[in-house]
Amino acid sequence: MSRNQNVRRDGLEGPEPEERKRPVGRRNSQGIRVDPEVEVEHEPRRTIISAYVADEPGVLARVSGLFHRRQFNIESLTVGPTQNEGYSRITMVIEEPDPGIEQAKKQLNKLLPVVHVRELDEKPVARELVILKVDGDEPDKVQAITEMYGGETLDAGPRTITVQITGDESKIDDALDAYEQFGIREIARTGQAALARGEAETARVDETHT
Amino acid sequence: MSGEPKQAPAEADASDAAATGPTEVETGADAVVRALENAGVEHLFGVQGGAIMPVYDALYSSEMTHVTMAHEQGAAHAADAYGIVSGDPGVCMATSGPGATNLVTGLADSNMDSDPVVALTGQVPTDFVGSDAFQETDTVGVTGPITKANFFSDDPESVGTDVGTAFALAKRGRQGPTLVDLPKDVTKGAASEDPGEPRTPSTYSPPETAAPEAVSEATDVLAAADRPVILAGGGVIKAEACEELREFAVEHEIPVVTTMPAIGTFPEDHELSLEMAGMHGTGYANMAITMTDCMLAVGTRFDDRLTGGVETFAPDAEIIHVDIDAAEISKNVEADYPLLGDAKAVLEQLATAMPRSPEADEWREQCREWKQEYPMDYAAPEDDPVKPQYVVEAFDSATADDTIVTTGVGQHQMWACQYWTYTEPRTWVSSHGLGAMGYGVPSAIGAKLAADDDQEVVCFDGDGSFLMTCQGLSVAVREELDITIVVLNNAAIGMVRQWQDAFFGQRHMASEYPWVPDFDTLAEAFGARGFRIESYDEVESVVAEALEYDGPSVVDAHIDPGENVYPMVPSGGDNGLFALAEDQL
Ligand SMILES: Cc1ncc(C[n+]2csc(CCOP(=O)(O)OP(=O)(O)O)c2C)c(N)n1
Repeated sequence: MSRNQNVRRDGLEGPEPEERKRPVGRRNSQGIRVDPEVEVEHEPRRTIISAYVADEPGVLARVSGLFHRRQFNIESLTVGPTQNEGYSRITMVIEEPDPGIEQAKKQLNKLLPVVHVRELDEKPVARELVILKVDGDEPDKVQAITEMYGGETLDAGPRTITVQITGDESKIDDALDAYEQFGIREIARTGQAALARGEAETARVDETHT
Repeated sequence: MSGEPKQAPAEADASDAAATGPTEVETGADAVVRALENAGVEHLFGVQGGAIMPVYDALYSSEMTHVTMAHEQGAAHAADAYGIVSGDPGVCMATSGPGATNLVTGLADSNMDSDPVVALTGQVPTDFVGSDAFQETDTVGVTGPITKANFFSDDPESVGTDVGTAFALAKRGRQGPTLVDLPKDVTKGAASEDPGEPRTPSTYSPPETAAPEAVSEATDVLAAADRPVILAGGGVIKAEACEELREFAVEHEIPVVTTMPAIGTFPEDHELSLEMAGMHGTGYANMAITMTDCMLAVGTRFDDRLTGGVETFAPDAEIIHVDIDAAEISKNVEADYPLLGDAKAVLEQLATAMPRSPEADEWREQCREWKQEYPMDYAAPEDDPVKPQYVVEAFDSATADDTIVTTGVGQHQMWACQYWTYTEPRTWVSSHGLGAMGYGVPSAIGAKLAADDDQEVVCFDGDGSFLMTCQGLSVAVREELDITIVVLNNAAIGMVRQWQDAFFGQRHMASEYPWVPDFDTLAEAFGARGFRIESYDEVESVVAEALEYDGPSVVDAHIDPGENVYPMVPSGGDNGLFALAEDQL
């Protein structure tokens, strides 16, 4: 117990900040030790994360809630059943610097219904689908473009034509540009669905989850 | 202390007589109660209400003791404190809608601090779910982000297992709060199975030991360090690893700094202890974590109140991070040597692998010097209003080492950290990560019920924090709990006032109370004993009398309203540049 009369009235004693020893190092805003002389920032990159999840009510809300609350930059999210009843696959495209991608995977892993999470490597097999409705004034030209992109006409009427294109993201972007001239009325586009290429596993699924 | 109500109603005798063994399972509610019994639960904290009534009815003849709280927030905080002190999940219960939403603050607190808690909430019958029925709230949706896991039970036959799973999950791996939402038709529905022992799902497999190569790399680095420090986090207590941590630190003479939740992991009167670091940590702890070249951090999530700005956090240090949660590794501060595993197991691995003690005598000497240079010495002139630090020290001197301290949130909480000397784990009970005012009174109730019979509980509260949950006094009186609540009364929400002084040009907007109740009188109205301290002369006798009184007492300690908390690292600041007084901020 101290009732020292001589210490300063409104604070504590000790060497002032400018009199103290100082460290030489520095970290960046991600808490990574860096050379004080050079500025390193991790650039965001786009990647696909695949999660194999128990198909419980609310699992999609949990996953999207997690991404929202942790401010992960998510570009698309698709979900659908797998070959195993009771389990779904969620495929997410995110754009984050490496530490953010790591965090996203780890945080996903913590959700109870999430069985396995994997980031797909450089060249996964990935596809998305778009359905678009254009003005039907030039049916032949529309047909030509649809053929060029390997698409399919789903509905053709006097006023509108609705087509479907599947492919990787850039192909769909290109196709959309090409249809622009006809006047696009509406678009419905899915996110990416993806699997790892070749023998590589997209998600490790053990017997208890098949 | 006694679990019996003061005036036992006649029915209570009947129920006591009926409580002869585990609950027979005939309904979903019975299965819920049986699951709690199977888990070894002794106390429950809650408030009754429509949708949870079947569960309460099933409790009627159980041997578990239910403590009726004055507010569900109090139930959640009491359960949290119970979990901290006992190490086993505290259980809180509430009805649907407002009952469940009142639990939210408490669950968020438990989630931030990884405290083991199980919450059981009533829900409208499944047929009504989604119809905006009376007292319907999407409890699972609301509490999703603030629980480790939560479940909506939809089957009387599996509801007991759900509760068991929730219990097991709260305790295993990184601990935390779990919740089971219990629709009324499910708890009323017929069930027959004893849900058995609590078990975590097969998918849940927290890591145990760390990879041996990683351990040996880490120990090599630590043994070679010139300026090693151990940063103990709350996970050390959660993993029951205090002994291992103490032995390791002492064996290798490595100075120890703690986070706030880790207070008590390492005895603060030990020469290697530098006490708490961070925003209001000691000067010596903050110097050490700033200048270290190798930090062994165990069970900590590098909260920003600890790190300050991460750019300046331990910038010279290679960091060895032991944690059970992979997501904490390199989340805020990059780990050079991540050791994923249970703190107790990994500390044992480290102890075995450590090749030699670091040759860091100069550094050890430096740490001792810092302790001399930055003493926690406050001025307490005789004629001034009483200094809060003095009151804290007076209670510390008058109580045994195993006394449990709980707090509200604010300046008083910081003085309770700084001026009480903690030597044992599970004796410091506070709201760390969430900083929830109102934690004090209910946490004292929960702590008291979890404490050993002869263990004292002292709660330091602020006038503002106390006013948020003082209705809990009615519970403490009814349950005859011997707790001492010390309101460090500065007639202000002092911590806010302190920030206004430092960062808002002394503009005291909404931080001063022109009038506060007489807390001693208020205590008496509740049936507790009230005391008052207005001058230094009264401190000793009031401390003695309040502690002596066998029941809840409230000490209204009128402290110097101008007193501020130092050292202080401003939010996002550099720990090494902690301010010792306002002009350094
Ligand atoms: C529920 C809640 N509301 C608001 C705050 C913001 N806050 C932090 S400290 C503080 C002042 C607390 O005042 P008091 O309990 O009297 O304690 P003192 O700082 O005066 O010791 C406030 C308002 C909080 N932490 N929690």
